[in-house]
Amino acid sequence: MAIALVLVLVVVGSVLFHALSPWWWTPIASNWGYIDSTLIITFWITGAVFAAVVLFMAYCVWRFRHKEGNVAHYEPENKRLEWWLTILTGLGVTAMLVPGLFVWSQFVTVPADATEVEVIAQQWQWSYRLPGADGKLGTSGSHLVSPENPLGVNPDDPNGQDDVVVEAADLHLPMDKPVKMLLRSIDVLHDFYVPEFRAKMDMIPGSVTYFWFTPTRTGTFEVLCAELCGTGHGFMRGIVMIDTAEDYATWLGEQSTFAQLSTPEQVGAAEQTVVRP
Amino acid sequence: MVDVTPGAVDVIPPAEVPEVELYHPHSWWTKYVFSQDAKVIAIQYSGTAIAIGMVALVLSWLMRLQLGFPGTFDFITPEAYYQFITMHGMIMVIYLLTALFLGGFGNYLIPLMVGARDMVFPYVNMLSYWIYLLAVLVLVASFFAPGGPTGAGWTLYPPQAILGGTPGGQQAGIILMLVSLILFIIGFTMGGLNYVVTVLQGRARGMTLMRMPLTVWGIFTATVMALLAFPALFVASVMMLFDRVLGTSFFMPALVEMGEQLSYGGGSPILFQHLFWFFGHPEVYIVALPAFGIVSDLISTHARKNIFGYRMMVWAIVGIGALSFIVWAHHMYVSGMHPYFGFFFATTTLIIAVPTAIKVYNWVLTLWRGDIHLTIPMLFALAFIVTFVNGGLTGLFLGNVVVDVPLSDTMFVVAHFHMVMGVAPILVIFGAIYHWYPKITGRMLNEALGQFHFWVTFVGAYAIFFPMHYVGLVGVPRRYPEIGEPAFITAPVENLNAFITVAALVVGFAQLVFLFNLIWSIWNGREAGGNPWRATTLEWQTSETPPPHGNFGKELPIVYRWAYDYSVPGAKEDFIAQNDPGTGRPATGLA
Repeated sequence: MAIALVLVLVVVGSVLFHALSPWWWTPIASNWGYIDSTLIITFWITGAVFAAVVLFMAYCVWRFRHKEGNVAHYEPENKRLEWWLTILTGLGVTAMLVPGLFVWSQFVTVPADATEVEVIAQQWQWSYRLPGADGKLGTSGSHLVSPENPLGVNPDDPNGQDDVVVEAADLHLPMDKPVKMLLRSIDVLHDFYVPEFRAKMDMIPGSVTYFWFTPTRTGTFEVLCAELCGTGHGFMRGIVMIDTAEDYATWLGEQSTFAQLSTPEQVGAAEQTVVRP
Repeated sequence: MVDVTPGAVDVIPPAEVPEVELYHPHSWWTKYVFSQDAKVIAIQYSGTAIAIGMVALVLSWLMRLQLGFPGTFDFITPEAYYQFITMHGMIMVIYLLTALFLGGFGNYLIPLMVGARDMVFPYVNMLSYWIYLLAVLVLVASFFAPGGPTGAGWTLYPPQAILGGTPGGQQAGIILMLVSLILFIIGFTMGGLNYVVTVLQGRARGMTLMRMPLTVWGIFTATVMALLAFPALFVASVMMLFDRVLGTSFFMPALVEMGEQLSYGGGSPILFQHLFWFFGHPEVYIVALPAFGIVSDLISTHARKNIFGYRMMVWAIVGIGALSFIVWAHHMYVSGMHPYFGFFFATTTLIIAVPTAIKVYNWVLTLWRGDIHLTIPMLFALAFIVTFVNGGLTGLFLGNVVVDVPLSDTMFVVAHFHMVMGVAPILVIFGAIYHWYPKITGRMLNEALGQFHFWVTFVGAYAIFFPMHYVGLVGVPRRYPEIGEPAFITAPVENLNAFITVAALVVGFAQLVFLFNLIWSIWNGREAGGNPWRATTLEWQTSETPPPHGNFGKELPIVYRWAYDYSVPGAKEDFIAQNDPGTGRPATGLA
């Protein structure tokens, strides 16, 4: 009868581990509390089903174990029971899917007032670009990448001249302002992942992908690459700092624009036309 | 509500074609090496799959040593770690699970269970094995190639798979991997055509499709799926090979590698992902459906009760097989594909949970009011249900697009797919080996060693993979040789990782006990007799054990009933064989 006991212990142990162990998700720092709620609903439904099925099995194994003279019941089918179980399962699945799709529709609908921020990944570091005073990012492309222009910003695009370039350094974002993260890679697949934001998305060379979120508390958060990108994958980390509006403005004031970086001898002369070889 | 159709005896059609003489081996070589006997081919497939599987087991120890005790082992560099995880994954999914279920169990069981003398194309069947062996040797060769095997992850996503930043990307590793996959698919296709045609054309008289054991249904459906899914991997492998060797750009956009502009341009990395997962998702069920079928027969036989809801079980297998072709992009929710795909693929993915749940209910309801013999095969079957339910339910997290977003690419995913397509099917493989070993060798496996193997494997595997979900829930990404102590980790995961590693080492060593049992019992096992489990299906009714070339004696069996006549009221014994004409006994079963 060891197996019936072990089956019960598997259920009890799993539930206790879930409830009592210290390993749980990190406190959220974005607007995606809905994702956490959907996850919790899923935990409840699946946990109940797991416990019910395994405990029922344990009961069957104990109650109907072989004893001399036992004869199994003969019942090939029971259409009524099978239909009921199918309908109940369908309801359970719907209870998870409907809220899931509802939250997904929010996840893929970027609010109109979201600020665009570009993340540029390469083996194995993170860089960023913020729109300048004109609120627009200039065009870019991998074919434009060179030692002097590591992010591949189009030097002929006037929208790009005032873009703030943060190369291989920390990104700062203001609290409570929705941001649309435009994700770009110049070499292989990467994935911009900050556990506290709950959101992540792959970055594909040749495409621009995106997700949006609103930071909801200040702090320092670690960026991890979540798509295998070669030997340095596990060490491709970065920092995002969520600031108050004042701190953010201070930080932004210390950054350089694309035009300034392109002509280092004329730092501050962003309005001049830049001619590049 | 019992739905029994009596009078099943009257549907025996006459033989449609005269029997064809089998090719008879003339020498030791053609009997045991270049054999055209499906049973010998099955053992060759199984032996090769288990041997390469041992390599994957050792690789899993090495990667767990790194994760459990980071920094302790100098030889496990990040390069080596990525090579370990890549080869472990590829070997387990393709070269062990697919080969063992279809090439091993498929070859041994299909002809015997449907009442055929052999596969319909024995020569092609033999070629299938030798090409599989070649594929395995090419794979093994990559361990000895300069730069070692590829470390691109088992998914081989380009562009990194063929670039210098990935181990083996600019050396031989990735080339040998792709060539090996191409060979595997060629070899599999030869075997797969055999399995399908044998089931459709080679069945004994009276063996209607709806009388076939679920084992055959599972392997048959999985093979049909594999024949449709593997071509996607085949073209993806060929195209990537061209990108790597000839400089084409199927999957390669313009990109800059380490500051240098490469000459690629215009290709689509995400196209590879679609092709890979168009194969890769059905692949999950190519492994799972044979397991579903086999475990149904194990439960029914050892609970002395017909499988509950046979027709529903068949339709669930077929339904899952069909649905599994329209869910592939749930592996790509955060790949950057168009976000509206998420609505479609989340819906299809959660729908597939319904037929899958029906199967689980019917296994458990087969136990209900049964006469459960807690044999080793039955214990493994019970353990399969636990781990499969666990892994299937976590699939509802990952399949539900928005819930997947925080969990995708974390250790939660690793825990999920190991539970559902690693542990669960392998438990079925063990149960099946304990179940059919007496037919293959004529002797039983040692019971005490079997008990030890079962308990350590079941409890140990659960102890490995259940806590691993929580490592992922904390936020630790997969494919990180070490996570360090980033601020997002709420409680240190080092102890948990060390615990998982110790459990993995223990479970691994228990498999060595199993291997010892497999070899030792060939000579020392208890004599089994022809039908030690008192089972109904045809392979247990052969005139000799092990069955000779040609399987059955002079006459092929004639089938009078379904495979599940256990504990029929009024019958003399608690089982009636499928080829029992039933004189003086009630003829029962579903028509």
